[in-house]
Amino acid sequence: MPLAPAITDLEQLKAHPAIAPLLAWNAAVVEQVKFDRDEMSISIERSAIREACALLRDDPACPFNFLSDVTCVDWYPSEPRFEVIYHLLSIPQKERVRLKVSLNGDSPAVESVTSVWPAANFFEREVYDLFGVRFTGHPYLRRIQMPENWEGHPLRKDYPVEGYR
Amino acid sequence: MILNMGPQHPSTHGVLRVILEIDGETVLRIMPDIGYLHTGIEKTCEAKFYQQVVPLTDRIDYLCPLTNNLCYCLAVEKLLGLEIPPKAQWMRVLLNELTRINSHLVWLGTHALDIGAMTVFLYCFREREDILRLFEAVSGQRMMTSYFRIGGLALEPPLDFFDRVRDFVNRFPAKVDEYENLLTANPIWLMRTKGVARITAEDAIALGASGPTMRGSGVDFDLRRDMPYSSYDKFKFKVPVAQEGDVFARYICRVQELRESNTIVQQALDGMPSGPIKADAPKVVLPDREKMKTQMEALIYHFKIITEGFSVPAGEVYQAVESPRGEMGYYVVSDGTAKPYRVHMRSACLANLQVLPAMCEGRLIADVVAAIGSIDIVLGEIDR
Repeated sequence: MPLAPAITDLEQLKAHPAIAPLLAWNAAVVEQVKFDRDEMSISIERSAIREACALLRDDPACPFNFLSDVTCVDWYPSEPRFEVIYHLLSIPQKERVRLKVSLNGDSPAVESVTSVWPAANFFEREVYDLFGVRFTGHPYLRRIQMPENWEGHPLRKDYPVEGYR
Repeated sequence: MILNMGPQHPSTHGVLRVILEIDGETVLRIMPDIGYLHTGIEKTCEAKFYQQVVPLTDRIDYLCPLTNNLCYCLAVEKLLGLEIPPKAQWMRVLLNELTRINSHLVWLGTHALDIGAMTVFLYCFREREDILRLFEAVSGQRMMTSYFRIGGLALEPPLDFFDRVRDFVNRFPAKVDEYENLLTANPIWLMRTKGVARITAEDAIALGASGPTMRGSGVDFDLRRDMPYSSYDKFKFKVPVAQEGDVFARYICRVQELRESNTIVQQALDGMPSGPIKADAPKVVLPDREKMKTQMEALIYHFKIITEGFSVPAGEVYQAVESPRGEMGYYVVSDGTAKPYRVHMRSACLANLQVLPAMCEGRLIADVVAAIGSIDIVLGEIDR
């Protein structure tokens, strides 16, 4: 089964249940779309992520009511360095979508989505702990996996696999 | 008063520390503290070839290694665009459901032990031993199986394997009756579980709970049925749902799942297709030992895969499967090289653990033990 080429043309994808409400709300927040390997990725403008999430959660046609996951990818040394990834699931419509936010390498910060889904609490703490991305408005942004006094953020690409010795 | 429960406490199922703010026996606030088992598996994955990650996935959730193997393999196969032969898919379903039974048996035994029913533990581990023997027969390992590989299975199952599974499947429903005889109508069990640690469907969804923790609150959603993978759409099974949202509802869901998993294993045995167990992709799948002794290309491919891995087309994939605890997801990012750029595991337990405060605040300390048991956590998976 050869891979189908990815679709990145917004015109072809605008009927998708996650893209249509975003475009109807504010087309400027959708920076980039990609449909690859049967999965939809939408890059969202950084300052609009919480509102975009709230919009998709409350969308009557296809409510993305379940936050599966929040994680991050470090594209060091290129800029923007960090990509925060949100995996949303619509339990009634059985549909998934991936939202992405790009952040710069120096003091990366993005608005927390804990007010939309309380589930984001632990996920965002983990991203903060392991990548050093701050989530503004998070109720308890402390390290979760590493010890409180740990220095550095282990999942960053410039952090050695064996750790500092 | 602040009370530390754990990190070394028999009822926290591993090294979980729970910080309790209490007034007498009543819990005012509860905060789980995790990270004691953090081993940086996600970081380690980035330094390994794709096929070398499979044994690491066993070690995340030591009660359902095959589910983790499956999820990772499906994710990489999706990245590669690989087609898996039917026999391998059905074997994967069969072993996955045995894994679910195995995991639920450990859960039932330890959960009952926490609440004070000692006998159930001994009964559950009796049947678990049978399943571990089956795993040993098929993969050579009782727990860290690594039996699913990218592109199929590691080995053909041994000749008497299906007969042994059938023997187990025939015996097992009577054993579930035994557990239920001990617990389901037991007044002490009912008093400790009914109406305890309630969670509503809205809270469960908002807090990211999945699996039996969510279905115990009346949300009818199961990835095996609703977003099928690995041929699950060819199997007939019911998804047990309970409405009450208390410890007893989650108990009933899981016990019914034991029976349903048993019927899935039975269907897999009855309809097991014949054919190859590995995909036809010589650059990805290791060749047969016999072919390596007679064919030059096989030897070359073997040498190449072992020494330099295989490259995966650039892209990203999120693959979720229904693990015994809920939605287990693997997010794999490839940059086109032979090593994954990023592997992230969406842990069902980590999200389920967030439900704990909503369940326990305002209740007695003794109920915390029942609540922790009822969400079935595995700390290896939470901390990774």
